[in-house]
Amino acid sequence: MAEHDSKYTLEIKDLEVQFKTVDGVVKAVNGIDLAIEKGKTLGLVGETGAGKTTTALSILRLVPDPPGKITGGTITLEGKDLFSYSEKEMETIRGSQVSMIFQDPMTSLNPVMTVGDQIAEVIQLHEKIDPKEALEKAKAMLEMVGIPGNRGTEYPHQFSGGMKQRVIIAMALVCNPHLLIADEPTTALDVTIQAQVLDLMQKLREKYGTSMLMITHDLGIVAEVCDNVSIMYAGRIVEHGTLEDIFNSTSHPYTEGLFGSLPNIENRNEQLKPIPGLMPDPTDLPPGCAFHPRCKYCKDICKSRVPAVTKLSDTHLVACLAYEEGTGVTLGGGDNE
Amino acid sequence: MHKYVIKRLIMLIPVVIGVSFLVFFIMSLAPGDTARTILGEDAPIEAIEALNEELGLNDPVLIRYGRYMVGLAHGDLGTSYKSGRSVFTEVMSRFPDTLKLAFWGMIFAVVLSIPIGIISATKQYSLIDSVSMVFALLGVATPNFWLGLMLIIGFSLHLRWFPSGGSEGWKALVLPVITLGTGCMANITRTTRSSMLEVIRQDYIRTAKAKGVGYRSVIYKHALKNALIPVVTVIGLQFGSLLGGAVLTEAVFSWPGVGTYLVNSIKAKDTPAVLGCVIIFSICFSIVNLCVDILYAYIDPRIKSKYK
Repeated sequence: MAEHDSKYTLEIKDLEVQFKTVDGVVKAVNGIDLAIEKGKTLGLVGETGAGKTTTALSILRLVPDPPGKITGGTITLEGKDLFSYSEKEMETIRGSQVSMIFQDPMTSLNPVMTVGDQIAEVIQLHEKIDPKEALEKAKAMLEMVGIPGNRGTEYPHQFSGGMKQRVIIAMALVCNPHLLIADEPTTALDVTIQAQVLDLMQKLREKYGTSMLMITHDLGIVAEVCDNVSIMYAGRIVEHGTLEDIFNSTSHPYTEGLFGSLPNIENRNEQLKPIPGLMPDPTDLPPGCAFHPRCKYCKDICKSRVPAVTKLSDTHLVACLAYEEGTGVTLGGGDNE
Repeated sequence: MHKYVIKRLIMLIPVVIGVSFLVFFIMSLAPGDTARTILGEDAPIEAIEALNEELGLNDPVLIRYGRYMVGLAHGDLGTSYKSGRSVFTEVMSRFPDTLKLAFWGMIFAVVLSIPIGIISATKQYSLIDSVSMVFALLGVATPNFWLGLMLIIGFSLHLRWFPSGGSEGWKALVLPVITLGTGCMANITRTTRSSMLEVIRQDYIRTAKAKGVGYRSVIYKHALKNALIPVVTVIGLQFGSLLGGAVLTEAVFSWPGVGTYLVNSIKAKDTPAVLGCVIIFSICFSIVNLCVDILYAYIDPRIKSKYK
């Protein structure tokens, strides 16, 4: 077991998160398993509302409570159960062992603090260091993300979106965390800046040997930065595998749908094949396979039986009835009922 | 920044012209005869005519206003009809007392309201939140002269803890300050709460938590400064209502300030005295709001960059 522990930076088992609202219980995360090997990057892919951000916030134990509650499962960081920590202990872990980069750099920095102070604050929280040294270190970190150190005395509104995201990256990595959670770090940025920011993250991550959870809905980013991929739908992992597994032997109809929604670079006239319908209402998830109302291979059994996880290979897992024996569900052809 | 302040100070001129114009014409439209009010109902008609002539009250209203404005342009607030003394001297001799009342009223309001607002916001829907919000609502809804009377009945008449009037010593200050500050306190509490509630849901608060910043630090270091802008605005505006409220409060507690003087001047139809009070109030209010705007710059660097 000890050996097993040391292999992974993060292990999530059977995590369940629910939000109690006036409209009912929102089942945001419904028993997911994730594992990130040391120094590796896991892509967590899914549509808006699939529960990706909630999963990420659970790792920091920052799910807004109320209304949110982690109702089941375990999260293990570096072999230690995160739920066994007190809130005070969690504060020492956030920012030093686990850091997070948020989606919108425009709103993620405190507008009334200089960026230098904001970076120095993390250093001072987690390292025994006097304020002057912390500021010096913050300056050095700014230089490292390609911002002149003397701009540390400026306020967030004096920076562009791409630069703000660099500041946030600097803030997240300055204490050498074991795990970096990046929640759609490039979604709010100009396309021209996206590649720059991704490159920077990759470079720094490799330099520090940080493991990363990359949350995105962009399969292009996944192909560029991830080692493993988990596809999330309606709070469940529907397919998991290495980059090759997912891209070359796509197994789940939802993953197939995601690829179908991408423009084909070789044939630009080709029509996109979007997945019909919308994400189900998380207060009222469909019975059986949550994807069945949108699945073109759906059979009656899909409407009542929850698919189990089937192992296609050592690395490739899928949760679809078509891969379970004796269900009579077959993929291909597409007899949409 | 200096340019901005000078611009704002120049803006005081139209404010004073507007205020004096309005008050002058309202006073001239008000019924009653100034000389008769001064000399009394039994005074002979010739004496009244003579006094009206002497005070220049028989001239058309525009001429009188023009004459007043010429004086004002020279920094002369005129002479009180009633006492014959300089209005400026009369108002200024009472002004410190009014300012004292307004100042302590504001301190009372701010010191209580901001912590209560913060606690209400961070413990939204808790018992303490509900209780303070009910009191805030009552505070806004209670007319302050009534509150003053109730306090006098309770604490002066029955308990005999504090005097019911006068301005001697700190004890005399307690009831008027509570009377004056309660409405203000209620308003600032509600503003602090709603502003804080908005701020603690912002992304940068989540960022701060994700950095490992402790709860207290998140609230007092990261959230409070951001939440203060609307609070400071309300404090500035409330200062105006504090000056206005002082008129009633001073009357209830026979506090010897500008408010009492203003009420007596209105009763006597003493136009220069009324104008003097109102002009000084409005200048005071404008300057407080200028201070508020300058304060913004120190709270929020985004605003500072616009003050060029």
